[in-house]
Amino acid sequence: MKIVVIDLQNERAGLIKEALAEAGFPDVVVVAETDRLLERLGELDPDAVLIDLEAPSRDMLEQMFEVSRQVKRPVAMFVDDSGESSIAAAVEAGVGAYVVNGLAKARIKPVMDLAISRYNAFTRLQTELDTAKAALAERKLIDRAKGILMKMRGIEEEDAYKLLRKTAMNQNRKIAEIAESIVTTAELFHQ
Amino acid sequence: MTEIRIGFIPLVDAAPLVALKELGFAREEGIEVLLHREISWSNIRDKLAVGLYDGSHLLAPMALATNLGLAGPPADLIVPYVLNLNGDVLCATSAFLDAVGLPPDAGAPDIAARIRAGTLGRTVTFGVPFFFSTHHFLLRYWLASEGIDPDRDVRIEVIPPPLMPEAIGNGVIDGMMVGEPWGSVAIDRGEASIFLSATEIWAGTPEKVFGMRRSWAEAHEGAVQGLLRALYRASTWVQDPNNRVTLSELLAREAYLDVSAEVIERALSGELTRTPQGIQGKTERFMVFQDGASSFPWLSQALWLLTEMERWGFVSVTPEMQRAVRNTMAPNLYREALTPLGIAIPSANSKVEGALHESTPAASARGRLFLGPDAFCDGAVFDPAPSE
Repeated sequence: MKIVVIDLQNERAGLIKEALAEAGFPDVVVVAETDRLLERLGELDPDAVLIDLEAPSRDMLEQMFEVSRQVKRPVAMFVDDSGESSIAAAVEAGVGAYVVNGLAKARIKPVMDLAISRYNAFTRLQTELDTAKAALAERKLIDRAKGILMKMRGIEEEDAYKLLRKTAMNQNRKIAEIAESIVTTAELFHQ
Repeated sequence: MTEIRIGFIPLVDAAPLVALKELGFAREEGIEVLLHREISWSNIRDKLAVGLYDGSHLLAPMALATNLGLAGPPADLIVPYVLNLNGDVLCATSAFLDAVGLPPDAGAPDIAARIRAGTLGRTVTFGVPFFFSTHHFLLRYWLASEGIDPDRDVRIEVIPPPLMPEAIGNGVIDGMMVGEPWGSVAIDRGEASIFLSATEIWAGTPEKVFGMRRSWAEAHEGAVQGLLRALYRASTWVQDPNNRVTLSELLAREAYLDVSAEVIERALSGELTRTPQGIQGKTERFMVFQDGASSFPWLSQALWLLTEMERWGFVSVTPEMQRAVRNTMAPNLYREALTPLGIAIPSANSKVEGALHESTPAASARGRLFLGPDAFCDGAVFDPAPSE
């Protein structure tokens, strides 16, 4: 079974391709660009297409399947005949699937389940990564603000941190926000 | 407060939904509207179908195709409100006009003549934003009225509006039928000229509609009625020329259309810049939000669209399909919700489409009702099957 994965996120597409290979579907082609999409699909002639719901080119795919209904080989959308809860899970995860008509439902089901779980895992990873990045950025900012306070007021690191924390509490703001204003002000004075 | 989640595509005709939220019309009815911008029509349809949205900005033919099971997940949608009439523009790319020896302000008959004569030397390709869209069916209607077979003589491709400029640059398309502001954006980039508008093909095109899942609407009857009243007030505000500047600025925001307010104002006023050289043209009723029962969900409009789908071989209409299409439109819900406003509401659910060349008085339970013009470019008249 040949599967085409259309995904604007290279990393996620790679994860899906890998997982599908492990699950016994080695014939997977990743298409990232939207240019010449229909032509490429014609050349690749896949049995199923997995697509990122945020890809604008999805509307083009719908046309391809509509036209195929009349002229080329018959094609249908997988979600048409799967259960409502599994459709909802796919849409919520952000993945769409189309298969060539006649492909047994039982064969596409594991592919779909796998794609949904990978999409969800990727979203979780992304959120965790974003949180970690933000935390790191905040810590750097606080360190710089501490350094500035230590130099300007001739105090120790611990006192500098206490001062930051006290100011933040008094103004009902986050320590990182206070640190940011200190860093910005210092930059202004140095220019 | 009932929360209602609504999806929209960045287009000028999302204006009533933006006004509904931003100007407090919804809140006056105890409704909190959450607006989500979407990238593609298929996405919006699927999210509505599976319940991630409670209501949505939809292409009129898309609501019908979904209920006919022609595309997308199974769903039972209702359309209790038409968000706007008209508003699409038919454009020829500057490269195409050049290649066939026409000036940038060439008229529709000249362009049609060049297509018929095969002057370009290869198949002329038009882009439309979606398969089940008024754009697609109006384009076919105009081509046929000019003696051009849309299946044999030209090619029609679905290209999402944000990808159209690229498609023009690559010479993939020679023309396009697109909703504003995307036509005007292409004109300003020097890439195309507007040569016809939806108004000139069918003066009463139900362009975008408000769709909801039937089950959700039934479970939240009171909120839905309040929402329709708020939508009516929002549409009336949007239609008022005195509000155009404010509305343009609002829609121009990054969260909504993220284009200049000036371009949006052109569509709202119908004073379009038709060519890259700046030739102006005013189109009366270019985009209608609330005028002459324009927001009323006529069964006849839906049945006309179904006839066109059949005309071009996308469906073979059965009595069940006719029934499904009639059931999609919800004129009674519109009537029940809006009666307390004391406005004039049509007493019939269907009308003969294409018969009115100017604003005309019509039967209404109260007040004086005028129906806006709805003529077709070829003078055709569509008489739907006997109304219930």
